[in-house]
Amino acid sequence: MIVEVGHYALVLALALALVQSVLPIWGVKAADARLMAVARPVAWGQFGFVAISFAALTWAHVASDFSVANVFENSHSQKPMIYKISGVWGNHEGSMLLWVSILALFGAMVAWFGRNLPKTLLAAVLGVQAWVAVAFYLFVLLTSNPFARILRAPMEGRDLNPILQDPGLAIHPPLLYLGYVGFSIAFSFAVAALIEGRIDAAWARWVRPWTLAAWVFLTLGIAMGSYWAYYELGWGGWWFWDPVENASLMPWLAGTALLHSSIVMEKRDALKVWTILLAILTFSLSLLGTFLVRSGVLTSVHAFATDPARGVFILGILVLFVGGSLTLFAARAGALTKGGLFAPISREGALVFNNLFLTAACAAVFIGTLYPLLLEATTGGKISVGAPFFEMTFGPLMVPLLLVMPIGPFLAWKRGDLLAVAQRLAVVFVVAILGTIATWWATRGGPILAPFGIGLGLWLSLGALAEIAFRIKLFSEPSVAFRRAVGLPRSAWGAMLGHLGVGLLIFGVVAEGAWKVEHVLVMKPGETVQVARFDLTLTEEKTIVGPNYDATVAHFVVREKGREVAVLEPAKRNYRTRKMPTTETAIATFDGFSQLYLAMGESQGGGVAMRIYWKPMVLLIWLGCLVMAIGGAVSLTDRRLRIGAPKPSRVASAALPAAAE
Amino acid sequence: MRATLARRPLLAAALLGWALAVQPLATGVAVAVQPDEMLKDPALEARARAISSELRCLVCQNQSIDDSDAPLAKDLRILVRERLTAGDDDAAVKNWLVARYGEFVLLRPRFEMRTAILWLAPFAVLLLGGVAAWRTLRRKGARASVEAPLTEAEKARLADLLDR
Repeated sequence: MIVEVGHYALVLALALALVQSVLPIWGVKAADARLMAVARPVAWGQFGFVAISFAALTWAHVASDFSVANVFENSHSQKPMIYKISGVWGNHEGSMLLWVSILALFGAMVAWFGRNLPKTLLAAVLGVQAWVAVAFYLFVLLTSNPFARILRAPMEGRDLNPILQDPGLAIHPPLLYLGYVGFSIAFSFAVAALIEGRIDAAWARWVRPWTLAAWVFLTLGIAMGSYWAYYELGWGGWWFWDPVENASLMPWLAGTALLHSSIVMEKRDALKVWTILLAILTFSLSLLGTFLVRSGVLTSVHAFATDPARGVFILGILVLFVGGSLTLFAARAGALTKGGLFAPISREGALVFNNLFLTAACAAVFIGTLYPLLLEATTGGKISVGAPFFEMTFGPLMVPLLLVMPIGPFLAWKRGDLLAVAQRLAVVFVVAILGTIATWWATRGGPILAPFGIGLGLWLSLGALAEIAFRIKLFSEPSVAFRRAVGLPRSAWGAMLGHLGVGLLIFGVVAEGAWKVEHVLVMKPGETVQVARFDLTLTEEKTIVGPNYDATVAHFVVREKGREVAVLEPAKRNYRTRKMPTTETAIATFDGFSQLYLAMGESQGGGVAMRIYWKPMVLLIWLGCLVMAIGGAVSLTDRRLRIGAPKPSRVASAALPAAAE
Repeated sequence: MRATLARRPLLAAALLGWALAVQPLATGVAVAVQPDEMLKDPALEARARAISSELRCLVCQNQSIDDSDAPLAKDLRILVRERLTAGDDDAAVKNWLVARYGEFVLLRPRFEMRTAILWLAPFAVLLLGGVAAWRTLRRKGARASVEAPLTEAEKARLADLLDR
């Protein structure tokens, strides 16, 4: 019964979305305030019904109701509770229900926080939001119904894919979807602006917090996924340039560009047309990601062709929204007024540079991901595009961007003075060079370019700190520095943290890539191996029985200079229901950020194959992402975003003639 | 930068959670390159690893043979090591594999007619974007010059008009 209620609630949500997609926009066109006022309550109602629907599916999973096909295929009565809950979105149907739930949540939040938006803009935004919602409700209901029943209910379920039974999975997809779907707000604002044919700096201020929030979630989601892959898969890698990862990286790159271009629009009323286009592209890439992952097209073009219902449906959604919005853009963008002027060397110029390289890097990921599919679909030729391609294209495109990054925030709006910036950054530059030389000296014989990578990390992180130091006059007037620091807008701190995070990320990427130590060997109990500065002894192998798996565990004692510093127990699990083995890595952190990483392989030659890695500074990769996300969150609490955009108030216009008199 | 830092392990198919929902892989066990496959000569083994990481496991999803645990990947790893031990250079090993399995085996496609778009597109976007940005800036610059201070002749004419 509860399951049927959930199903019916989803249908009702679709009905409300249909109302929301027509009446408010009709209201905008007919200038009818009553029709426009429909948008907010309906958006809340829509979210309410989706929430009921989602709760119903969650209940079915928690209660192990195997008469529901989705639960039968992805759950097991013995599965730990956390994975019964995360299993709701650990499958196609459930994850699409999560997708629409988050979409409705964002719509409801816009309705809630958008009280001070102009009525026409709010109505148009919620209307456009509902178009997207209608398409995806139809997709779920027609092709991916999570509430389908099985006539003869089985006694036991098939269990969730063991690799997905991990705390990382519990949070990774919701974070990622909050990011993906969050960009739909920027999209709706952009399309609403095109429909209204009006756009100004206030528009940018309204859109920015939503873009920022989506970006923060996407950053966390990608980082979480990367760390999950790192510890779960047992190869010690953290980024694989897999199409699925690329699908999330593309909206991130475009979203990062959007964040920066909307600053220009907000502060200087410039780059309007480009910002609108970027908002459309960012969400289009989110849709593309959904298509790539959900249609099965990545598995193979043929699999897609043999069971095309879902794929064709999402492709239809993709074509409709991307094509429709770009057509609207082409028709209306010319009508948007062009804004402020600026010299090439200026803050605006630096942000254009940022957008240029981020867009090109995004294009590299885009073409690398889609070209093999296109080539096979058109000519039947099969090629592979893997990590080496992306490292040769994406890598070089990132370097100029990173080199210029610390300079941008120092430049003045409209017309910057490069010489003055050079004077301010001279110390940072010298430190970065010295760091490069010192690293080269300390790691002679190692990878040649790695010291430059460390220098780049110093340049980025110290450059970010220097900008704040100069703004609060830390060195010139230390006595007032603290007061100035408190008074500094939170967005300035946010930008600093965002850029600092990139610096930390670079340290991690460079150190892990250049100086990691890998040992692949067969070990027998009692044997000791030296890895980096540690001696690892395999003391015993034992078997243990878990709730829904059996495991073989290798017990390692780690010693440094004879002193025991850690005990590590990598394991291999065998899940009973799916008869699937998984690797449980064992990781110990030293020096704050470096990790010793053990993964267990097959038994061979009377021992067990072990992969042992020493990964210097590897945690900085994710810590850098975390700092970036914190920067975004801090920026989100900035006063001007809390207060909201200034209304073009009547008081001001009324006061003006009075003042003139 | 990253590309050239060092030989990075070119790791395999990412299995981000939600992907697995549609593409359950056979196994998540990390076996990849096995101790008993590895060559005694460290220099030769390092070359074998570098080559392996650029070759696709043909039956896997976007995994290199260095990372894959599929039996085919194991065969290919052993083949690569046999060719290297026989004295082939890196390019010869790759050519030999391409001859047997086609271009599909290379994770870094060669630059040729049908992959030209792939390799050039990112830089073409940069170039076109750069030109567009430059033109926009110049047009704006031209518009700015309209608002530039008046010339001496204009000032004289303005003064003349105001005096009248």
